Amino acid sequence: MASKVIHALYTDDDVLMDAVKQVRSEHYHIEEVYTPFPVHGLDKAMGLAPTRLAITSFMYGCVGLTVAITMMNYIMIEDWPQNIGGKPSFSYLENMPAFVPIMFELTVFFAAHLMVITFYMRSKLWPFKEAENPDVRTTDDHFLMEVDASHQDVDKMTSFLSSTGAVEIKVIDKQEDNH
Amino acid sequence: MYTLSSKLRLFSIILMVVGLVGLTTGFLSTPNTVEDVKEMMAAHDAHGGGHGDTHAKADAHSSDGHGKEDAHGGDSHYEHVLHQLQNKPWAALYVAAFFFFMIALGVLAFYAIQFAAQAGWSPVLFRVMEAITAYLVPGGIILFVILALSGFHMNHIFHWMDTDLVDPANEHYDALIAGKKGWLNVPFFLIRAAFFLGGWFLYRHFAVKYSRKQDEDATGNKWYKKSFKISAGFLVFFIYTESMASWDWIMSFDPHWFSTLFGWYVFAGLFVSGITTIALITIYLKSKGYLEFVNNSHIHDLAKFMFGVSIFWTYLWFSQFMLIWYSNIPEEVTYFITRIEDYKLPFFGMLAMNFIFPLLVLMNSDYKRINWFVVMAGIIILCGHYIDVFNMVMPASVGASWFIGISEISAVLLFLGLFLFIVFKALTKAPLLAKGNPYIEESKHFHY
Repeated sequence: MASKVIHALYTDDDVLMDAVKQVRSEHYHIEEVYTPFPVHGLDKAMGLAPTRLAITSFMYGCVGLTVAITMMNYIMIEDWPQNIGGKPSFSYLENMPAFVPIMFELTVFFAAHLMVITFYMRSKLWPFKEAENPDVRTTDDHFLMEVDASHQDVDKMTSFLSSTGAVEIKVIDKQEDNH
Repeated sequence: MYTLSSKLRLFSIILMVVGLVGLTTGFLSTPNTVEDVKEMMAAHDAHGGGHGDTHAKADAHSSDGHGKEDAHGGDSHYEHVLHQLQNKPWAALYVAAFFFFMIALGVLAFYAIQFAAQAGWSPVLFRVMEAITAYLVPGGIILFVILALSGFHMNHIFHWMDTDLVDPANEHYDALIAGKKGWLNVPFFLIRAAFFLGGWFLYRHFAVKYSRKQDEDATGNKWYKKSFKISAGFLVFFIYTESMASWDWIMSFDPHWFSTLFGWYVFAGLFVSGITTIALITIYLKSKGYLEFVNNSHIHDLAKFMFGVSIFWTYLWFSQFMLIWYSNIPEEVTYFITRIEDYKLPFFGMLAMNFIFPLLVLMNSDYKRINWFVVMAGIIILCGHYIDVFNMVMPASVGASWFIGISEISAVLLFLGLFLFIVFKALTKAPLLAKGNPYIEESKHFHY
């Protein structure tokens, strides 16, 4: 399916922020914004939903804590409760202070690593992934806003976008939807 | 400007009066002689049930541990209990006096850090912090008076102050305490206390003075720069003196025991209590409409500090506990054995209040902006840290005879009333916005 998008390039993040707000108030659909660095408040201006990554991290941490407790309870208390240096191995609770460093570390380990992997998967990042950058300058000093232009008056949109401070405007015909 | 409402004034005066009456009752109802203790214990045992059991256990404990003393005469156990019961209202008074003093001291340290770190978010809260530290001077003087009374043998909450212990000719001679005589002797103890308190009072006096002057004359930030310098100096002075004060005022209750990270542990407790109090008073004043320039991002930041420092406190608590539990060296581990045997609920209960509760409640970023969540967590944290001080002081002064009863609650009410009265009175003395501070605009527009 062929679709039409407009690429509007900006050179300043403040101009970009204002442009995003204007485009949204005109009810045009912003497909994507490419920036060389995080622009504070851009997600709010674009109306993106807040991330739930922290919630996943909390749950992964709980998993890590459970793994640590189950593992050490099985190994140290149930399977082979040896007397090691007089430490009480009759129940998990009695010897718990000795297990806390591992419980803590595994909680952090699971929370951190699984959250990072979740981030990679959700943002579709991996080695040998083909870069989706529409214009090389957006990793250096340009900001690019991609606006959906199918079923729209392209000329009107172009003049509107240039009024928002865009330094360059391109109309692109996409052969297939690459999202 | 803040005006003290007559309701709040009346409330704090009622608290003080009720506390004073209750504390007097506590002092009057302590037994005077061994016979009184025997009568009391017989009356308790007659009730039977749980009370009888605990006393039976205490008796068994004394026959193991104090067998030698029992040989001197059958009354030594009752004498022991008598001393504990006589200490009880004094210890209750001391715990409450120290707890509210440490809140003011924690706020002072936080205030100095905000200056030294040139924090951009907190200047709108400076007047609240300055008002809370107003309690430092009266609270510190009360604490000093209690320490001096102990030094003049009006009570026996500090065991090492007993002169028999350091006299080699005496039958109660204690070589370990006598060996610490160079540090633990009453004149030096009081001189140190006066020195620590004097240094803290001095910083508080000049910090507040410079802050007011900066309001009047902000050209060149002359007063602000002075504040910055004395804050940095104070922080160096503070970390040494706070550490030594914690040995003197808390650790010396157990003169046979020592711990190297004790100063930090006490610091973490007073720091988190101070920050929590800032949050609670800020939320109260904002709800009354006095702090329109404080937004929920400021509350969010305070709650983050409450959360982070609560975990820091737990880290130190656990580091101290685990190292001693793990190595299990007899002269160190008795500290925790008495606490786990006689103080099981307060000892582990405070861990739930000071760690698990704030951890789960304040983890969510959205909850940290909700006032009633922060207030709820704050009240639990403050109660938890009162119990923390209680756990540090009581086992060595009243032992197994502890109870959170009339004396303890009254002492808290007395000092709570005094604290509220002084803090809210101090709030009326200056405008609530430190308008001369160079970071005040940034702070007003702070958004996280």
